[in-house]
Amino acid sequence: MQGNRLYEGQKLALKYFTVAIVLFGAQLLFGLIAAIQYLYPSFLFNTLDFSIARMVHINALVVWLLYAMIGAVYWLLPDEAGVEVVGVKLGTLAFYVLTVAVAIVVLVYIFIQVGPGNEMTLWFITEGREYIEAPRWADIGIVAVVLVFLYNVYATVLKGKHSGILVVLMADLIALAGLYLAGMFYTDNIAVDQYWWWWVVHLWVEATWEVYVAAVGGYILIKTLNANRQVVEMWLWIEVAMMFGSGILGLGHHYFWIGTPEYWWEIGALFSALEPVPLVGLFVHVLYDWGKERGKGNNIKNVPAFAWLTVETFGNFLGAGVWGFMHTLPQINLYTHGTQWPAAHGHLAFFGAYVAIMISAIYLGVQGKAGFKEMKMTKAGWWAISLITVGVLLMTVSLTLSAYVQTMVERGMHGATWEGYFIAQANQWFVQGMGWRLAAGLSVIAGYAFLVYDLLTVTKKQPAEVMEGEAAAQAA
Amino acid sequence: MENKPTSVWTSNRFWRRSATWITGVAAVLLILLTFDSMGQMKMGTAEDIQNKVTKRIPSPVVINYKIDYVLDPYRGHEVPIIGGKAVDSATGKVSSKFEEKEKFFGRDDWSEEEARALIHKGKLTIQAKNCMDCHTLLGNGAYYAPDLTKAWLDPAWGSEGPLQAMTGANSKEEAMATFLQNPDKYPTHERMMPNLGITPEEAKAVVAYLKFMSAIDTNGFPRNFGKIKGAVDARK
Repeated sequence: MQGNRLYEGQKLALKYFTVAIVLFGAQLLFGLIAAIQYLYPSFLFNTLDFSIARMVHINALVVWLLYAMIGAVYWLLPDEAGVEVVGVKLGTLAFYVLTVAVAIVVLVYIFIQVGPGNEMTLWFITEGREYIEAPRWADIGIVAVVLVFLYNVYATVLKGKHSGILVVLMADLIALAGLYLAGMFYTDNIAVDQYWWWWVVHLWVEATWEVYVAAVGGYILIKTLNANRQVVEMWLWIEVAMMFGSGILGLGHHYFWIGTPEYWWEIGALFSALEPVPLVGLFVHVLYDWGKERGKGNNIKNVPAFAWLTVETFGNFLGAGVWGFMHTLPQINLYTHGTQWPAAHGHLAFFGAYVAIMISAIYLGVQGKAGFKEMKMTKAGWWAISLITVGVLLMTVSLTLSAYVQTMVERGMHGATWEGYFIAQANQWFVQGMGWRLAAGLSVIAGYAFLVYDLLTVTKKQPAEVMEGEAAAQAA
Repeated sequence: MENKPTSVWTSNRFWRRSATWITGVAAVLLILLTFDSMGQMKMGTAEDIQNKVTKRIPSPVVINYKIDYVLDPYRGHEVPIIGGKAVDSATGKVSSKFEEKEKFFGRDDWSEEEARALIHKGKLTIQAKNCMDCHTLLGNGAYYAPDLTKAWLDPAWGSEGPLQAMTGANSKEEAMATFLQNPDKYPTHERMMPNLGITPEEAKAVVAYLKFMSAIDTNGFPRNFGKIKGAVDARK
């Protein structure tokens, strides 16, 4: 019963998942360093400064999510299409190329850090553009790897079945890949620079990634709850309409203060206010359907994956939706922009919208590898999901407290001067928030340790009835 | 395989078409708005300044001029003013006079080419040193260090500000450039700036960029900046 029925594409997915989890650990480690530096600024000063810790923290997050996303697609692609992934060898080669490139980029980030102010630095050390700091050689490499991935997805779907989930993914992935190109040029005009930079950052995170998550979430619901495919696919299209309908022009909420024309105030306010709407529809409908049939032998097929999907649904709504809406209107954003508000929102939004569902997908992979029809939650699994989720929520609330103080003192009282900035940063309430953030971060790291342990051992710790049921199913 | 839908609202085909149309319309609108925004965000030229034409992103030669950030009652928020302020008595609208000069590293006759070369080097340096992973520029970036959007106008660097006094320099630009080259020698705060190996040329270019950036029209961000005592156009 050991994984002999896996598609080659699914074996490749497991490779992506493994690197994703390792990078997740790197993200948490460098986040911890940055959080410590907020409280003890001399920690690693002039050795590994906040700028570097923060850059690795965020880049590791983005890259591990991309690894997990590619992995999840390779996992569901042959299953949905009903055929082996076309060009799986090419995909494997791309995986190794990407991993070596990521390793080089990270080593350069940590050991070389910065360069002289010229074009060579942008090509080989860092582009210094928040979130997409990767040097240009790596950008070109990423595009090449993504093209291989796109080819594999398209060729496989065209050969096999065209399910609604796959059609949405095909359309979405081409947009995701194309948008990356908007962040690959240099201009002296910082307003124009920021304008296009948001095409990558916003249109990824608040449009293409959201649609991606909806598609993968639909697949996970089918796998864990036997959800009705008709219902899932209908909701998927509704979500695509609402997410792209709100997310594309919701881009405007980043265009309030960067030198853009004033009409972006209205456009950004309206469309970004609509963004929270689509976030829970699919899940609630399917859960309702499933609830009606409970007790008729329709068990949850993978409890950890389902639990993480639940965290995703409500984390996404709270973090991306509620915390985003709190400061999205220009009247409020004028004061909160560039404070800890976005940090509070960002932590819960990324966790809720993307981290949780990717862990869910990884649990599906673990289950599939072991070949179990059902998988129960273990004690370590409960500790992992509890410590991580509560930790991130507490982190968000702490940062919100600090943000509130910063906004009132620095922006309200001192008009955003440097003096006001430092007075706010030294305020005891601000500092206390940062302290709670660090404590909450430690909880997340403890949860991560449980998560890694659980992913490695969950299939060995299944209760006897699941194992027996599995054995019987195998025999039959 | 598809069941007969009982109504249009549960028809996958209807929702698929809606999704396609909505996405298409939103994308087309975004592209049209982008064309318009790009036109308005084009960097100005020295000629614009000679003709007293205000641009959202002005020519780099603004480094030759005095820059203010004052409340425009007509627009309801602060706007950058280059080379002195003119007020329209009928509407209260304020505009730049492009007259009052200010020396930048001892000169107020930087040519367009020289000024462009400076801000080119300045922006490259800002990227090469990862400034945005501690500071915010136009409000974007990290929040570990102060916002640089209007740093040039900040009273801390002014003639009576603590930071200029600390470096022992005689002008704002020299104080900033001195600080940037050896930030760990000048502890401004418990949270210090690390030494990034910034050369004298790079420091000068970065300061030019900061001055240029302070003249970008950011729709009133940061709010109230001009009203604070000691800042530009303060209520005395």
